[in-house]
Amino acid sequence: MTRRDFLGIALAVALLALVPLVVTANTVLNFLTLALIVALAAQGWNILGGFGGQFSFGHAAFFGTGAYATAILQTRLGVNAWAGFALGIAMGGLAGWVIGTLSFRSGLRGSYFALVTLAFAEVLRILANAAEVTGGAAGLLIRLDVRASNFQFTSRAAFFWVALALVGFALALTRAIERSRFGARLVAIRENEEAAQALGIDSIKVKLAAIALSGAVTAAAGCLYAQHFLFIDANIAYGTWISVEALLAPIIGGAGTTFGPLLGALALHGLGEAAKLFAGRVPGIDLALFGCVLVAAVAFAPDGLLGLARRTRARLARAEA
Amino acid sequence: MLVVDRVGKRFGGLVALSEVSLDVEPGSIVGLIGPNGAGKTTLFAIVAGFLAPTAGRVLFEGRDVTAAPPHERARLGIARTFQIVQPFAGLTVVENIAVGAHLRHARRAEALARAAEVARRVGLGAELDKPASALTVAGRKRLELARALATEPKLLLLDEVLAGLNPSEIRDMVPVIRAIRDEGVTVVMIEHVMQAVMDLCQRVCVLSQGRLIAEGAPAAVCAAPAVIEAYLGHGAADRFREGARA
Repeated sequence: MTRRDFLGIALAVALLALVPLVVTANTVLNFLTLALIVALAAQGWNILGGFGGQFSFGHAAFFGTGAYATAILQTRLGVNAWAGFALGIAMGGLAGWVIGTLSFRSGLRGSYFALVTLAFAEVLRILANAAEVTGGAAGLLIRLDVRASNFQFTSRAAFFWVALALVGFALALTRAIERSRFGARLVAIRENEEAAQALGIDSIKVKLAAIALSGAVTAAAGCLYAQHFLFIDANIAYGTWISVEALLAPIIGGAGTTFGPLLGALALHGLGEAAKLFAGRVPGIDLALFGCVLVAAVAFAPDGLLGLARRTRARLARAEA
Repeated sequence: MLVVDRVGKRFGGLVALSEVSLDVEPGSIVGLIGPNGAGKTTLFAIVAGFLAPTAGRVLFEGRDVTAAPPHERARLGIARTFQIVQPFAGLTVVENIAVGAHLRHARRAEALARAAEVARRVGLGAELDKPASALTVAGRKRLELARALATEPKLLLLDEVLAGLNPSEIRDMVPVIRAIRDEGVTVVMIEHVMQAVMDLCQRVCVLSQGRLIAEGAPAAVCAAPAVIEAYLGHGAADRFREGARA
C-alpha cells in the first residue's frame, strides 16, 4: 500500500467537502446527506457482496440494528450519542457475525444466502414493530437537543461533513482491503470458493470477517440516519428500501470497486430527485425508475458505471491506435 | 511422506474406492493411472481433504490428517490442481497466482513478486497481466500448476495437467514437472499421457474399479496382465501374448 493508493480518495472527499461552501440551499444539502448515508450503507454491502460475492438482500438487518442501537441507548439508557454511535457500529458487526455464522456454517451460498439474509431482515423488522423497547409501531424519537456533543448540529453543512468523513473513512477502508491479503482472499472466494480452499484459504473465516465488517459499516449508516432525522420506526430502519438501495448502488456504480457504491448512490439519488422534479407528485416514480435502471445496468453495464467507463476508454484507445 | 491407509469411499451404494493403500516416498514422482472411473480423482480429493473417506486414514508426514479441512492441509504443504481447471476468471494471471503465494507471504507486494517468479518458472512470464479467462487451454493448465506451486507445497497432486495439450506443449511441460521435483517437491500425478508417465515417474500405481491392482516401475506395470485387462477387457492379456508368439 502506498500513499498514491489513497490520493484519489482524498481528492474526491475534498471536492465533495467544498459543496456546502458553494451551495447553501437546504434541499440540496439534505439530498446530498441522504445520498451519502445510502452510499455508506452501500459501501458496507460492497465489502461482502462486491468483493466477497456473497449477495445479501437483507442489509437492512445491519442498518436497522445500528439505528435502533444508537436510538435505544440514548433514549432509554441515557448513553451519550457519540458512544451510542460507536456501540451501534459494534452491534452491526456483531449482527453480521451472528447471521454469517448461522448461514455460512450451514453452507448457504448464492441465492440461498440471499434469501436467508432477506428473511433475517424481515424477522427483525417484525420484531422491532412489536417489541416495547423499540417503541413498537410508533417508533422512537430521539430528543432534540442541538449540541455537537449530542451528535446534533445547528448547520446542515456540519452534518454533511460528518457523513462525508465517514464515507471517506469507508472508502479508505475499502481501498486498504483491496490492496491486502484479506482482500485477495475475499475476491478468490467470490471467483471460485473450492479453488480458494485448495490454496489454503479458510473460506468460512474470511467470509465471517467480511460480513462482520460489512455489517459494521452499514450499521454506521443506520446510526447516521437516526441522528439525522432523529426518528426511526421499523419500516424505516429495517425496511426493504435500504436493503434494495444498499445493493442497487454498488451494482449501478460498479460492485467490487472502491468508488462504485458512492458513484452509484449519487447517480441513483440524482436520478430519483430528477424524476420527482419532472414527474411531479406521482408516488413511487423514483422506485419505478430504479427498477428500469437496474434492468439497464444488468443488460448493458454488468460491471457498473466504472466498468462501462473502463471499457469505453479501452475502445477509444483502440479506435485511435 | 504421504501414507494412504486402506482408504475406502462409497457414494450411497456405489463403491468408488476400497482398501486403497499408498506410500509415497519424499522426493519422488509417482504416477497414478487407470481407466476412466477408476477412482483416481476421488482418491486425490480425499488426500487433499475435499472428500471424507468412509474408511481408512490419510497420514501426511506421520500426522493423521483424515479429518483436516482442505485449507489446513494446504497449510501443512499439500497442494492440488483440478482436473477441470478452476481459474479465478475475473483476475489476471499474476493475481491468480498471488492468491496461492499469500499462503506464505502476508504482504501484497511480496506475494505479487513471488507470483511473478512462479509464473516465469512454468512459462507464463509473458502473460502476467492477461485476464485468466483469456488464456488458452495450455495456458490454463500452466496457471493451475503455478497457483498450486505458489503455495510452496511439499506434496503436489497433479490431476491430468497434460490432458488436452498437443504433443509439443506436452514436451514443454515435462521438464517443468521434473524441475519441480528436483527442487524437492514430491509429486503424485494422475495422467493418461503414457509417454510422460514413462518419462517422469519412478513408480506407477494402477487403480481399477476402486482397487489398487498393480504397483511398481512403469515398464513392469504396463506389461502386467492385470493392468492390460483393466484397460482392454477380460482375456486381453492372453490374446496379447498369443499375438506376440505368433
